[in-house]
Parts: sequence; structure tokens; C-alpha cells
Amino acid sequence: MAVPLPLPPPGPQFVLRGTQSAVNALHFGGGAQAQGRQLLFSGSQSGLVHIWSLQTRRTVATLDGHGGQSVTWLQMLPQSHQLLSQGRDLRLCLWDLAEGRNAIVDSVCLESVAFCRSSVLAEGQARWLLALPGKGSDEVRTSTTDALHSPNHQVQILEMPSKTSVCTLKPEADAKPGMPMCLGLWQAESSPRPLLLAGYEDGSVALWDVWERKVCSRVSCHEEPVMGLDFDSQKARGVSGSAGKALAVWSLNGQQALQVCSTHQLTNPGISDITVRPDRKILATAGWDHRIRVFHWRTMKPLAVLAFHSASVHCVAFATNGLLAAGSKDQRISIWSLYQRT
Amino acid sequence: MDPALSVVRLTVREAIHTLSSSEDCGLILSTLRFLKRYLGETEDPALPEEQEEFATVHFSAFLRCLVIKLSPVWLELSPDGQLEELWDSFFLKGPADQAFLVLMEALESTAGPSFCLMKMAQLLANFLSQRRMAALMEEQCRPQKKPGFTLLQETLLNKVVGLPDHLGNRLQQDNLALFFPQNYFPLLGEEVVRVLQGIVDALRGGLDCSVSFMSRVLGKICIQGRQKEILDVLVPQLTVLTQGSCLWQRVCWRLMEQVPDRTMEAVLIGLVEATPGPEVLSRLLGNLVVKSKKAQFVMTQKLLFLQYQHTTPMLQSLLGYLAMDSQRRPLLIQALKELLETWGSSSAVRHAPVTQQHYLSAAILICLAHLREPELRDSQDELLASMMAGVKCHLDSSLPTVRRLGMIVAEIISSQIHPEGPPLKFQYEDDELSRELLALAIPGTSDSSTVLAGGSAPAPTASETLAKTMDDGVESANGSDPQVGPQGSDSDLDSDDEFIPYDMSGDIELKSNKAPLYVRDCMEVLTSSEDMERWEAALRALEGLVYRSPEATREVSVELAKVLLHLEERTCVSGFEGLRQRALVAVIVMDPARVAEYLTSQFYALNYSLRQRLDILDVLTLSAQELSRPGHLKRPTQQVSCGSGAPVLATSQADCTGVSGWRTVVEERIRSKTRRFSKQGFPRRELASSPSEFNSVAGYFFFPLIQHFDRPLVTFDLLGDDQLVLGRLTHTLAALMYLAINTTVAVSMGKALLEFVWVLRFHVDIYVRRGLLSAVSSILLSVPAERLLGDLSDELLEARSWLADVAEKDVDEDCREQAVRALLLLERLKDRLLPLSH
Repeated sequence: MAVPLPLPPPGPQFVLRGTQSAVNALHFGGGAQAQGRQLLFSGSQSGLVHIWSLQTRRTVATLDGHGGQSVTWLQMLPQSHQLLSQGRDLRLCLWDLAEGRNAIVDSVCLESVAFCRSSVLAEGQARWLLALPGKGSDEVRTSTTDALHSPNHQVQILEMPSKTSVCTLKPEADAKPGMPMCLGLWQAESSPRPLLLAGYEDGSVALWDVWERKVCSRVSCHEEPVMGLDFDSQKARGVSGSAGKALAVWSLNGQQALQVCSTHQLTNPGISDITVRPDRKILATAGWDHRIRVFHWRTMKPLAVLAFHSASVHCVAFATNGLLAAGSKDQRISIWSLYQRT
Repeated sequence: MDPALSVVRLTVREAIHTLSSSEDCGLILSTLRFLKRYLGETEDPALPEEQEEFATVHFSAFLRCLVIKLSPVWLELSPDGQLEELWDSFFLKGPADQAFLVLMEALESTAGPSFCLMKMAQLLANFLSQRRMAALMEEQCRPQKKPGFTLLQETLLNKVVGLPDHLGNRLQQDNLALFFPQNYFPLLGEEVVRVLQGIVDALRGGLDCSVSFMSRVLGKICIQGRQKEILDVLVPQLTVLTQGSCLWQRVCWRLMEQVPDRTMEAVLIGLVEATPGPEVLSRLLGNLVVKSKKAQFVMTQKLLFLQYQHTTPMLQSLLGYLAMDSQRRPLLIQALKELLETWGSSSAVRHAPVTQQHYLSAAILICLAHLREPELRDSQDELLASMMAGVKCHLDSSLPTVRRLGMIVAEIISSQIHPEGPPLKFQYEDDELSRELLALAIPGTSDSSTVLAGGSAPAPTASETLAKTMDDGVESANGSDPQVGPQGSDSDLDSDDEFIPYDMSGDIELKSNKAPLYVRDCMEVLTSSEDMERWEAALRALEGLVYRSPEATREVSVELAKVLLHLEERTCVSGFEGLRQRALVAVIVMDPARVAEYLTSQFYALNYSLRQRLDILDVLTLSAQELSRPGHLKRPTQQVSCGSGAPVLATSQADCTGVSGWRTVVEERIRSKTRRFSKQGFPRRELASSPSEFNSVAGYFFFPLIQHFDRPLVTFDLLGDDQLVLGRLTHTLAALMYLAINTTVAVSMGKALLEFVWVLRFHVDIYVRRGLLSAVSSILLSVPAERLLGDLSDELLEARSWLADVAEKDVDEDCREQAVRALLLLERLKDRLLPLSH
């Protein structure tokens, strides 16, 4: 009958300081080809991208390409030394980091001034898709007063590196989902069709078929704007967090229809980012309440509440080896090692 | 004279002559063998009349003669032991009562450790082990016609029951194990059962018998305090025998009825203790309580009102017994009325020990569990009146246990008397005491336990149904399991074992950050803000702010104390009391003299609620504790934030372990990596020494409080109704006195406090007396010994006699214990000073 007392939550493994401003985006890089040289990229409010070595725990380099405007999204292209960074200067830069270089090789202009992060679907180096908020430049601008066709409400799909616009995804005429807040581009293993999951301002998550430019399914799972989502394509199950007090888990059935599986109440409202660990065992959320929450992905059992930061946590990221990083408004990046297979 | 009788007389006289004069072995043997005929054990027994005459007239005399002859030399006249055997046989085969009496007499008169004494003791042991005692007692149960048999019975009774004492006295170290009380009385119990069996058989055969001798034996044993030994043997056997046999039951009832009044109490108490439940008790006693006044008195008065050391199962047996028969039920209702009357009497509540009140409450609840509502209807008003009075005086008590008892009993009574009315509901802690009492009130529990103990037929069925229902429960649980956890059937095989959740108790709602940053702002928010969130944040932040900004606090300290003292809980803030208390403590610690002066003056002011006055006392104690702690200013916030807020000394110790945990870990690490060459081991941790902050301000805390207690106000009368506050005041003063150790004012404080104690020493409230006793102890601890003897010797002498008195006579156990402690302290003081004076 004596239930052993739960262990007190662990502290961070180490903390990276020195960004000098709030950390908005994190991404683990290095991975397979950079054996023993794992890197962490962090994008800060001041527009800088810091590259951290996790061995020395120091910055390796600093990239300054967004003119002092906040960096909101970072993504490394697989099997390459190229880094994508999205900034509030309405530019999406592609950096070449190979062999110690750090130069912008390409950039895309964004139409949307919103905070929506972009998403990438890369099969190989040669050709990859990029989903970014805003209207494609080739579209004819119609009435600007029509809110539905304001560039802020659309998602543009580009084929890279050629920068050719594949399509622009406009919400249906009768739906008023508001702006897209977060994007997730993916592809089922069985079919080559790229699909896009988008969380909207009205709290709904929509599944777009990119080729057909139409919404396959839409499920409204939050009361508040969706702030972050992540999708597990193996289990066809995804999770989203919003500005409200709940997490929603939804799944995709065979008919490409989304349905809400369950919702999980949080103590405090506000999730700014949500990520499932690459091994699909656990997931982490970045909370406005300064805390990182860890859940078991299969059962959604709460596992830990990590209270370390003294301001909102803006982003969480998992490395392929399971390391968890969280960046916060308090200018610190905390690195955690939880439920690691030893 | 009848010639046949004279033949016996002549033979006996001749035999006695032969025995006393002859040394011839053959002659002696033949004489004895001849006499043996009269015992009817040989092949050609004597005529029945002759046997009768020998047994009644000559047997004792002859046995006495045999006893006189007994010596090693005499027995060795026949080397093959024939003589010894014959000698023994007269005692073992003859009439048991005479043989026993002669033996006992001989044992009394034989001198010191000797062969004869041991021989006779051995013979007595044989006598006992050959079941002659049963024969003896059975004989006494036959209808008696002989003259003087009452005297004989009286003597026999004394000898039979007093045997262990007599033998113990005579044999001293050489006593045989059989004669130890713990062995003898169980044996006697076996014999009693045997005798009763004989009586039952005789009654079946149509013979007349009396059990009065057995009753007297039983009574006498019990009154000598050997109930346990004999009843532990007797009761289980009787329980079995009386089951299903009316005759046995009647014999048993008769046995109990015949117990003399003088010993009735001892027997009944022993019996109630030894029986496993009301059914058995009812079988053994019958309607004894209805028939015997004494038994009624014992069962309904003495066991309920005058004694309170008995266990709850015993109470359940007793009251269950009363409830089992319609003739006895009026007694139960009567008992309930009287119990409630006592329970509701304020003087009983005030003067009876807590254990007795607990006992009474348990008895009431058991009564209620047995009585049904229709039976109570007649006396409903009476019961209700008693209950109302009882609730009032229980709730008035300053002891939490008594208050709790009042609540529990009142709840159950009201639910029994008024099942249809709205239930009375108090808020009390759910602890062992309350659970135990509430369990008593459920009618089923007492019955089922006795049924199980009795091992009768309904028991297995009951347990079967129970098991069945439990099985059903399990099945249904299993059935619903797949629906409950659909994810459990997930094919993913990763076990959850490695995902053990961490402690998530820290996951509380984040308060918006509206807390003021300055003490003055805080105060303003607390007094005037309508924004509840801000108000709460201010309250939470206040303690830390006060400690961080001593200067700013000092500027507004009294004002802030006033605000806090009058602060009311406007919204439902969790831990409001604690927050306010800690903030007040912080304010006092920052500016002790002025704030303490203000608070003590407010304690005796008009227009405060009792709650506020109690709060004042609490914060004064806590802040005094804080001030007197060495080096308190270095880590104020930590220490205070983990204090539990209760006005108990040294509560914060346990909670602080988490804070200092890292320090011990580090020290452990250093220790394990350090080699030391000196013998001392580890360096002793040096406590930073600093002057006690309490020294200079103790007077501000203490004297204003002690000065005005005897001046009643319109709203506040310490010596009258507000004794709870007085109790708390005495405890506070005691704590202040204790904390004033090593201060210069301790002596005058002690003097004042001793006077205070002297005035109140006979206070009726237990809580107040406890406070006074702890005050005396603190004086003894805090005031330097030489000053105590120099300045306070008279007062101490008076206090000492009072303490001795309390230690002996007080109704409350805690009071007695505290008095003893104080006396011990006094003794220690004396021991410390005496060597100095030599």
C-alpha cells in the first residue's frame, strides 16, 4: 500500500547563457554526419542565430542576417549543411554552414507579418517543399478589404531550391479560421502526396492536401488560437497546444479525417511550442507559465513539470539522441536529459 | 449405645493404640489393612453402617494419628514401601473434605523444612492431581443435613481458595509448581467444570443438588483477584457446554445467582472481560441483572459510570447483553438516559478525565447502535435535552479531544433520534479516534464480530455473501477494464516502467505578477485595493518585503501591524491565516519593541474577537521564538517560510530539512574525500554565537500581557467565560518565559509568572492548568538556579507543594505528568546546588 514518494523533478543538465535576448527558436543540428560534434541553433529576439557546441557549451558562431528583427524559426535541411532561418524582417534565409562558412546563399521574402513558423518537407537534397505563411507573389492581388484573401490568411507552398510556387492554400469561402498559426508539412509513407497540417487562429486544425489545394478535414479542438502542433506520422496521431488551458490529441483515420482523441487540461494557460521526441516516446510543451511539461506520448500521462525558467518558455526541441532543449524569454536555454535509454 | 457402632469405635481405638506403640511392621500393616475395609475399597468391605460411622466420626481422628506417626524412620519399618503406600491411600481414598482439612492442618502445624512437610506437600499434590478436589466440592453440593456444616463449609472454602497462600507461606522456597496461583486456579477451574458436570448428571438423574458452594468458591477466587486464571479456563468450557443445553444454562445461571453479593462485582467484571461477546454472556448470566439488585448495580452503574479502564469490546459485550433480552432492554434504555445525563453535565465534562469521557461516549454510541428509533421515541425529549446540554459544554471545553467527542456523539444521537430531520453535521478531523467511535455507532459491526467469535451457523453464510459480493465487484471491475483503458491494448510494447512520473506537486497556478514592490504599497493595497488578485499578491509578498526592507518596515511597523491584525479574508485565499500570521511575525521581528507594545495593548482592548486575541498570542510566541534564535537575521526568509505557522515551539525544524539538504550532501562529500589524522574525527560545527535579540525586548512581550488578566472588560473576561483565551495566555506566557532563557529580565519575569500561577492554581479548566504547569517548568528552566533560590525561594516552596498535590490528585493525566516533570526539574535544581553548598 505504501506508494513510494515520487522523485522531485530533476534540474537541467546544463544551461546556456549569453544570447542577450529572449530565445525564440531552437533547433538541434549536426546529427549523423557531424559525429561527436552536436550543435544547437538558437534564434533570438535580437535577430541573431547562435550556434552552440554541446561539447564545449559555448557559442561556435553567431549568424546575423535578420537585421535585428526577431528570429522565429530555425530548421536544418537533412543531409546538408544548410540552415533555414525565418525572421520578423519578413525574410527566410538559407545559410550555408559547410566547412565553417556562414553565408546566406538564398533568401525568400515573406508576405505575412504574423508569427506563424514555416515548415519543410525534404525528401532529398535536390528538391524540397517549403510551406510558409502568406500569399504567393504570382497570385493576382484582389480586393485587399476582403479578409479571406488577405495574405495573412493563406499558406504558400514553394518548391525549393528553385523557389517555384506550387500553390497557395486559401481557406474556403465559408470558413473563417483566421490566420494560420503553425504549420506542419508531412507525407504519408504510403503515398507521395504532401499534406499540410495547419493550426488556425480560431482553434481549429486543418489538414490540407497540397496537390488538390483543398482542406481534407478540419477539426476544431481549441477555444483559443492554436500555438503549436506536432504530428506522429507513424501513429497518425498529432497533438496541438493553444493559448488556452488544454492540449488536444487528434488522430487521422483512413479517410483522411481528423478527429479529436482526447484533451488534457493544464494548470496554467498558454503553450507556445510542442514537440514529440524523435523516438515517439514522450513529448514536451513550452508553457507561458515558465514551465516545461513532459508527457508520455502514447498514454498522455503527465510525467514531469520542469520549473526552471523565470519567464515564458518560447520553444522546445529534441535532439535525435533524446536531449531536450528549451529556450525562454529569460534569455536562457536549458538542456535536459529525461527518460533517456541508457 | 448401638453395639455395631461401638465395634467400630473399639477397632479404631485399638488401631490407634497399635500404631502409637508398636514397632512391628507386620502388625502395623495388618491393622491398617483391616481399617481400610471401612473405606470400602477392599475385597471384603465392612458393613455400610460401619463405613458411615467410620467416615463421619473416626476418620479425622485416625488421620491425625497417622500424621503424628509420620517420620522417615517409621515409614522405613516396611522397606518395600507398603506402609507408605497404605498411609497415602487413607488420604487419597477416604472422604475428601476430612482428608483435605487434616492435611492442611498438618501442613500448618509441621515445623520448618523437613521430611514430613515435604511428604505431606507431595501428598497434597497427589491429592490435587487425582481429582480429589472435585470430589470434595461435589460432596459439598449434596443436600447437607449434618449439624455444623456451614462452619465446615466456611473452613473448607477458606482452605480451598487460600491454598496457594498457605502453601506458599509454609514451603517458602520449596513450594511446588502446582501450588502456584497461576497453576492452581486453572486446575480448580477444571475441577469446577467437572463438579458442574456431576451436578448436571445428578439433576438429570432426578437428584437434588445445590451449587451455592461452587458460587462461593467462584466468588472468593474472583474477589482475591484471580478472575483471569479461573475464568479463562471456565468460560470457554461453559460456552461450549451451555450451547444447546437448557439444563447446563440453568445450572450456570443458578451458579451466578448464588454468588454472594459481596463478591458479585468481582465475578461479573471478570466474566464480562472473559466472555467473547454478548451472546455468550447472555447464555452464562441469563437474566441475572433483573433478579439481583447487586448485579444490576454492577452492570448498569459501576461498570459504566464508576470505572473506565475497560476495553471497548468489553463495553460491547456488556451493552449487547443488556440489549439481547426484552426483560433487560428497559435497563439499556435507562442506562442510555443516565449515560446521556452524565455526558451532558457540565461539571462532569469539566472534572472527569478525558479517558473517562471517551469511555462514556463509546458507551453511548454502543447503546444507540442497539436501540431502535421507536424505543427511543418515549424518551426523545429527555435525550434531546441532555444532548443539547452536552453539546454545549463539550464545545465549550478548551480541550480539542473533548470538543471532538461532543461533535461525534451529537451527530450520531441526532441522527438516531431524528432520522427524518436534517442531519447535524460538524467539521472535525477524520482521525483514529473519530473513526473508532463512528464504527461503534454502526449496529451491524458489534453483532457480526460476536457471531464470528461464537462460531455459530450464520457466520459462514455472512462471510460467503461478503466474498461473493467482493467477487462480483472484481468481476465487474474486470469487465469494465477494457473500456477504461483502450490504450492499454496498444500493440506498442514499450513498458511504462521506465516512465515514472516525477513529483508534480509544484505545478500550481501561476499568479499574475502584480505584487507590490514596497512595504508601503503593500499596506495600501491591503487596506484599499478592490482588485482581489492584487490584494492576494500583496499579502503573499508582504513577508518577504518586510524582511528585505527593515528600514521601510520600521517606519510603518505599528500601522502595518494594525492593518494585519484587522485584515479579513476577503476572498478564498488558500493559507490566508498562515500568510497573515507570518507577515505579522515578520513585522514584530523587524521592530519588536513598538509592535509588541502595540499588540499587547490591543490584547486587552475592547472590541476584538476571540480569534484576534488568540492571533495576537500566537504571533507574539512565534516572533519571540524567531528573535531568540541565534543568528536569526542571516536566513530569515527561508526559516520563516517553512515554519508551519502553528504556535508550537520548534515546529519549523522538520520542514527545514529540505532547505539544508544540499549542505549535508556537500559535507558528506567532503567528509568522504578527506582523511584526518587527528583522533577527533570531524570538526564540530560551530554555532555562530550572537546576542539573543530577545534579550532587550522580552519585557515588552511579557509584562503587558501578565498585568491585566484580572480586569474584566464588557466584552472580554479572562477569568470568566473566556477561559480558552486564558489557557492560551498561560501557554504563551510559559513559552515567552522559556524563550527568555539567558536574558537579564528572566528573574523578574519568573517572579511575576510565579505569582500569576499562584493566583490561578486551582482553575477548573484543564487547559489552563496545563499552561500553568508548563509555565512553572519554563521558570525552572529559564531562571538561573542561584537566583531562583535567592529571590524566589518562598514562591518555589509554595509551588512545590502545589505541584506535589497536582501530581497526585489531578484528574487529567497530562497535568499529572507535567507536574511530575516540574518536580523532577526542581529535584535536579536541588542536586545541582547541593554540592556547591558543601
